Amino acid sequence: MSTFDDPFDADRGLSRSGCVCGRHGSAAEHERAALCCEAVESETKRYEGVVASAVMRAMFPKDAARRAFLKSVGASTALAALSQFFPLQTATEAFAEAGTPEKKDLKIGFIPITCATPIIMAAPLGFYARQGLNVEVVKTAGWAVVRDKTINKEYDAAHMLAPMPLAISLGLGSNPIAFTVPAIENINGQGITLAIKHKDRRDPRDWKGMKFAIPFDYSMHNYLLRYYLAEHGVDPDTDVQLRSVPPPEMVANLRADNIDGFLAPDNICQRAIYDGAGFMHILSKEIWDGHPCCSFAASREFITASPNSFAALTRAIVDATAYASKAENRKEIAEAIAPANYINAPVTVLEQVLTGTYADGLGGVKTDPKRVDFDPFPWQSFAVWMLTQMKRWGQIKGDVDYKQVAEQVYLATDTRKVMAEMGLAPPAVSYKSFSVMGKTFDPASPEDYLNSFKIRKAS
Amino acid sequence: MTASLRFRAAILSIALFLAFIGIWHLATRGTGNVGTMSPEYAKLMGLTATQGKSAMPGPFEVGAKLWEHLKHPFYDKGPNDKGLGIQLGYSIARVGLGYLLAVIVAIPVGFLIGMSPLINRALDPFIQILKPISPLAWMPLALYTIKDSSLSAIFVIFICSVWPMLLNTAFGVAAVRKEWINVARTLEVGTLRRAFTVILPAAAPTILTGMRISIGIAWLVIVAAEMLVGGTGIGYFVWNEWNNLSITNVIIAILLIGLVGMLLDQILARATAMVTFPE
Repeated sequence: MSTFDDPFDADRGLSRSGCVCGRHGSAAEHERAALCCEAVESETKRYEGVVASAVMRAMFPKDAARRAFLKSVGASTALAALSQFFPLQTATEAFAEAGTPEKKDLKIGFIPITCATPIIMAAPLGFYARQGLNVEVVKTAGWAVVRDKTINKEYDAAHMLAPMPLAISLGLGSNPIAFTVPAIENINGQGITLAIKHKDRRDPRDWKGMKFAIPFDYSMHNYLLRYYLAEHGVDPDTDVQLRSVPPPEMVANLRADNIDGFLAPDNICQRAIYDGAGFMHILSKEIWDGHPCCSFAASREFITASPNSFAALTRAIVDATAYASKAENRKEIAEAIAPANYINAPVTVLEQVLTGTYADGLGGVKTDPKRVDFDPFPWQSFAVWMLTQMKRWGQIKGDVDYKQVAEQVYLATDTRKVMAEMGLAPPAVSYKSFSVMGKTFDPASPEDYLNSFKIRKAS
Repeated sequence: MTASLRFRAAILSIALFLAFIGIWHLATRGTGNVGTMSPEYAKLMGLTATQGKSAMPGPFEVGAKLWEHLKHPFYDKGPNDKGLGIQLGYSIARVGLGYLLAVIVAIPVGFLIGMSPLINRALDPFIQILKPISPLAWMPLALYTIKDSSLSAIFVIFICSVWPMLLNTAFGVAAVRKEWINVARTLEVGTLRRAFTVILPAAAPTILTGMRISIGIAWLVIVAAEMLVGGTGIGYFVWNEWNNLSITNVIIAILLIGLVGMLLDQILARATAMVTFPE
């Protein structure tokens, strides 16, 4: 995800690659820069950039000519000259305004875990306000309640587990209602935590008969734990017990010895370690680096009724996600989302999750800055993978049109457009191949992928 | 004599309370022995892991936190963090509304059932089946059909508190002494007037006992309903602090729930005493 190049930089091509903030030529250069831009200030600048770039491109269709021109007169002169006969300021303002939101007062539901970081922090750090929205983020008791309240229209949009909008659209566990995912909240950010007493039982093949907790049936947590167990020859349906348990109760149950471990969203894993109840077996990142975790979801009806509000929300979330993806902002974010109004957790725990320097529960300190990361683009191949797993474990019975469902729910095309308008550089395609525990997934042939698994629920 | 009994009971109460606090304090002192760990690791861990502090808070910790809450009962730091006074206010308002609806339905219907043996027999199986259903079982159904979480909470209070009132009213009305009704008949008192001037006063103590049972149930239900639905109320407060594994705050909430429940019960006990008559 990169933003935009300075069109007045003579040394640079007007390409669509660059760093996250857009002020540097490449991601590496951006990393090197000591002082990095804040999303807060850069937004208007970015819009200005988009407009200026379009004008410069129109004036100098050939990149070489533009560079020569800039070299000879200098960037500031060029900018001044351009502003003389083209009202850059006005054009930028008109561009940034987009459509006025139909509905300004919005309610967004969230579950208090670090996955919701962009949704939550966008409130205290003012990302919604900058899009002209007055958003109230409301803490909710559980995934089923989030689902019902969003379906009931008490919430305009909500934080959901990445597979939930697919399940709702397909009518699994509720009536089918068309839901959409304009943005992924976070990637990675889960872990398998085991009770301290299992510290010498690290091989999953020895886990037969154990009891594990997952947050919800339609969750990446469920699919990843099942995948991990199955790859080690443990059938998750017959060899172990999987229970749906609300995250805060996981820690209490682990301490009370009711469960042997869990694959949970983060700050819960770290909380179990913080309280001395468990240790980190592996991060979910080690199962699939870059897997989606939670999503930002809204009903199709909301998009149709208030397209401008929806676009503004998407912009706010994309912006917040970009801000959260920067390591240097993570500490500030941890402090912003820790109070009782938001996640309600000790700052130390959130800092360990967000900065990636954490206690592993066995006396060691580990560092993995990508323990949780933020990338909003809703890859449709993610959706196809989840559908294969839903079918693998018997949640979907019969045939499913993978591509059609993925494209209806995961709004890659719309998000690409919004991101491009914001001056970011979204990926040009909506499908990508990735590997889960060393096994490559090809989104073009999901059925073959599904049939390649030995352990699955007989259908 | 009674004064001295009351005095002795008070002494015993205080002694029991002090003993309870003492045992609590001793039980939660913590072990203090923990394995050695590097300082940078210890910095990332909680007190339970680093200092062997008990996971259960002690009485003084709870007392200090309670004082903190009592100093600012009405703060409002956004939609998900409000003072205990505000949360209790929300809960009491919900209970009041659901309970009032239940009274409006239960007393007239109870009268009808009590005065007509036919309706009594006909409705009995329904009431017997609906009465023992837990509030939590109603919740998903309510959320799904009513499509509004705060109305669902009120509905659940209504549906759970309506039965004791209904049954007690019916029983009270049916048990009015036949002589009194016969006297009214002899004096040619109309049905409506008979209901209000003879049956109602005679059945009032039983009806109010039913109402007293119901308010207790309504208060039990609200905590469960708010934990499930979230948003506001003392039940939400418990859930939010449970989320943070803050047992201290959960204990404070339990204490306050008990106090408010006792107050509500006492109000109805006073009302019952007012309508009770010597026979």
